[in-house]
Amino acid sequence: MTILLFGITKDIVGAPTLSVPTASITGKKIPKTVKELKTFLGNTYPELNKLSSLAVAVNNSYAEDDQVINSYDEIALIPPVSGG
Amino acid sequence: MSRYTRQTQLKDFGPEGQKKLSQSKVLVVGLGGLGLPVLQYLNAMGVGTLGLMDQDIIELHNLQRQVLYTEHDLGRQKLEVVHEKMSAQNSQTHFNLYDTFLTKDNALETIKDYDLVVDATDNFPTRYLINDACVLLKKPFVYGALHGFEGHVSVFNYQGGPTYRCLYPNMPSAEEVPNCNENGVLGVIPGIIGTFQALEAIKVLTEIGEVLSGKLLLFDGLSQQSTKIGFKLNPKNLELKKLQDFYEPLDCDVVPAITAEDFQSLLGSKTRITLIDVRTEEEFMDRNLKEAINIPLDSLEHASVHVDTAETVYVVCQSGKRSELAVKQFQNQYPNKQFFNILGGMNKIATLCP
Repeated sequence: MTILLFGITKDIVGAPTLSVPTASITGKKIPKTVKELKTFLGNTYPELNKLSSLAVAVNNSYAEDDQVINSYDEIALIPPVSGG
Repeated sequence: MSRYTRQTQLKDFGPEGQKKLSQSKVLVVGLGGLGLPVLQYLNAMGVGTLGLMDQDIIELHNLQRQVLYTEHDLGRQKLEVVHEKMSAQNSQTHFNLYDTFLTKDNALETIKDYDLVVDATDNFPTRYLINDACVLLKKPFVYGALHGFEGHVSVFNYQGGPTYRCLYPNMPSAEEVPNCNENGVLGVIPGIIGTFQALEAIKVLTEIGEVLSGKLLLFDGLSQQSTKIGFKLNPKNLELKKLQDFYEPLDCDVVPAITAEDFQSLLGSKTRITLIDVRTEEEFMDRNLKEAINIPLDSLEHASVHVDTAETVYVVCQSGKRSELAVKQFQNQYPNKQFFNILGGMNKIATLCP
């Protein structure tokens, strides 16, 4: 599953996209919902947990925490940006 | 031949579109990288009334992206320079000048006279303030924001549509997302995003095309890729009854501050000072300065007895954030007294006196 990164999330991860495994050989939990994905990413990149608002889009639509995600979905992390 | 022929000859715009523009009133908040392209186009195209709001002066590091300004303008007020240049560009436009920043106290009064607001600011507190004021007054606003090589555009609160808070319910703290000053922005990006904002403003005012409402446009300059994300109204966000008591300090300069170093030497100079520590009792017990009086942020009303007897009051907390909020509150409450936030708070002070 590839995740597109915007704003500060790009800086936190250090790349414009991020790959999340969709099958596990180590028994590690695979995220099945937006909320689980946030937790999963937050464990790898603790800086992400500090964002008080972080929009997640699934297939170009804003997604709530309980939305189910699949390996073929297009996912984007869109934090607020403030510059002008 | 009319000056607007090239656009009135467009079938979907026509003389009707021009008439609507000439009767429109638009407030542009912020005369920086985004605000300038917005204004140049709205003014050129014939928007009847333009409100200009900013209190900054033109600095050298503005010039790489704020391309209306020249080296001759350095040190001058943005408001004054923009007014001069915009009047020369279109003498028919009526300009309202606001030599201030947008604050909780002036927002509703100012915005109520306009049809549309353009958010061309550079900080979260003002963006949330614009959102809330526009929701209360039922005005649409065109949003634009930047991060590095990237820009975001949307139209919020348009005909009962989604608001900024539908995307981002909670205002980020100052530490979690850097602004342009800290993060940097490629000069041409605000030109692109501001021009998109001008386009959306024109569409809203003349009722043509498909307004970018309920959609967030994400533009990435490095890949030249644009993505649109759809989002829905959370009706709760329209139920706002009043502005928040308090939006975070708009900018470090607004709150008078003193560096920890300067404060330290002040302490050494034996001058009698009033110092209020706004941390919790627990934090205060753990470590404090002997001159400090502990009045936690949530009970500032108990400070009156100390403030009343002082001319100048210094305020400290752990990192300098809560004390900044406290200074803001105190300033409102005691307009005749001087308050200073101690930058970096106890953390910084600790590094000075081991």
